[in-house]
Amino acid sequence: MPDSPNAASVTTSQTEDATHITLRGRFSLSDLSDLVAQLRAAKVAVRVDLTDVTRLDTSAAWAIVRSETHAKANGQDFSVIGASENACGLLQTVRAAMPVPDIDASSRKTLVDRIEAVGRTTAGFGKFLMELTGFFGLFLARWAGSLRHPGEFRLTALVHHCHEVGVKAVPIVALMAFLIGVVLAFQGAVQLQQFGAEVFVVDLIAVSILRELGILLTAIVVAGRTASAFTAAIGSMKMREEIDAMRTLSIDPATALFVPRILALLLMLPILGLIANLCGLFGGGLMSWITLGISPGMFMARLVETDIWHLLVGMIKAPFFALIIGVVGCHAGMQVGNNAESLGRQTSASVVTAIFAVIVVDAVFSIFFAEVGV
Amino acid sequence: MTEAAAREVVIRLRGIHNQFGRHVVHESLDLDVYRGEILGVVGGSGTGKSVLLRSIVGLQTPRAGEIEVLGTHVRTASDAERRVLERRWGVMFQDGALFSSLNVRENIEVPMRAVKGLDAKLRHQIADLKISLSGLPYNAGDKFPSELSGGMRKRAGFARSLALDPEIVFLDEPTAGLDPIGAAAFDTLIRQLSRTMGLTVFLVTHDLDTLHATCDRIAVLAERKVLVTGTMTEMLAVDHPWVHDYFHGPRARAATAETQMKKDA
Repeated sequence: MPDSPNAASVTTSQTEDATHITLRGRFSLSDLSDLVAQLRAAKVAVRVDLTDVTRLDTSAAWAIVRSETHAKANGQDFSVIGASENACGLLQTVRAAMPVPDIDASSRKTLVDRIEAVGRTTAGFGKFLMELTGFFGLFLARWAGSLRHPGEFRLTALVHHCHEVGVKAVPIVALMAFLIGVVLAFQGAVQLQQFGAEVFVVDLIAVSILRELGILLTAIVVAGRTASAFTAAIGSMKMREEIDAMRTLSIDPATALFVPRILALLLMLPILGLIANLCGLFGGGLMSWITLGISPGMFMARLVETDIWHLLVGMIKAPFFALIIGVVGCHAGMQVGNNAESLGRQTSASVVTAIFAVIVVDAVFSIFFAEVGV
Repeated sequence: MTEAAAREVVIRLRGIHNQFGRHVVHESLDLDVYRGEILGVVGGSGTGKSVLLRSIVGLQTPRAGEIEVLGTHVRTASDAERRVLERRWGVMFQDGALFSSLNVRENIEVPMRAVKGLDAKLRHQIADLKISLSGLPYNAGDKFPSELSGGMRKRAGFARSLALDPEIVFLDEPTAGLDPIGAAAFDTLIRQLSRTMGLTVFLVTHDLDTLHATCDRIAVLAERKVLVTGTMTEMLAVDHPWVHDYFHGPRARAATAETQMKKDA
């Protein structure tokens, strides 16, 4: 017997013609396992005695009702005795609310389902690329439209976004490029010293920063900063039906939101890339001076001897990266549904997609430039 | 209803003082809630109905005052005492406050996970029962909160607050934003469950129909305290201007007439 009068207890006693299950005390969820086990063990003609129950909870009621339904279905005798008015009411409520599983609840995945899922994902990817292309076309069309009707062009918005995307990104881009220059010079120096070819560290820095790293890393930083900002801004407008409101007020969301943003990126990313190049070269030069004793004058002299195409190859890529980041960011923003969860999902998806696409396009460009021989 | 003196007080508030900056929300507020009753808390916007609810369940610490729930002093309770207490009450937030990464069944199972000796299968089945008790279809259990309508989210939130068969449930605006049919169904649900399960319900609402349909007693928050408490009939007789306007406004008259018609029918 339990020590406290309120603790729940279940006892089974067997007489020749019936099984008596006596419940006592206050029932809660933690007493359910015991009750279920004893009800299940009871064989025939079950009498459930609730006389000494101080509080019956829904889970205990559920266990009793379930056994009752089971017994009735098998044509066995099952009765509940001594239930108070409240307990009766509760049993009745639970009886009425017994969950009936849906018949087609089988959700086991077959091989066909899995193959179908692969197909759907592939088709979804194709559709996504089509949508991005469509978005790019929309941007070009609206941009051309605003060239024809300059009155529609949102200059204030463009300036605002140039400030957000460009000016505010200068510190982080500059610092990153400077540090990359420092690292390149230091690592290059260690290797080149072994061959006594220290002076080639200038070429190493110039080629790698101007051609690849300066613009690629800038694009990655901007993708992380700006694609997410675009998605979050447009997505939250979408979520609060602001985009729909714009449409009903005959304001075109593409002209008002996408064109200034993507255009700002197109203008700012080359400038940021140039700043990154300068800072990278400065960091590299500084480190070469410190570790290898290459004076700034000598550094400059070797630098101007490198091919101008290295710089051009880097700069040509900038507008492409800008378009990718802008289109991906704005497109993801428009995919946001009406809940905050999809906003978060789209924001992170836009950053991942933008960075991935930038790297893929960079790889394609390096193959292209290698083929044309610059 | 038995007479008030004989009834057990489950929530006792004495001298509650809540303040945000210089804005005093509650000042020496007293309130008793009795076992088994449905108490509706009403008041104008900004009178601190939700703040009061949050104070009682310990989400907001008042500057002063005593809060006693089921014999435990909420403000001075040890962590262990609080844990015991938290299993004896359930809270339903305005929009359900379901965990978005879990489906409805898992949401309801969250409080049950702390119960020892309950295996996953039983927990599953009890969660299904709560889903069905709250009036949701069986297949709602597999859905995620973002796939549900506002009314269904509220029901799921209600089901979660009932997961451990609490003695008290706190409901914050249970019918706000529901269509009249959904709101009426929710009213019936609250009333029915509170009667059969012996629940004490602390209900914050603006909905006059809910007050008429479900509440045993109404507490009016105004002038930084509980201005009056009483049944609907008593409320109609109060001659404080705000209370009078509230219970005699055009919307109130419609709700009263409706209740009257139901009684006559």
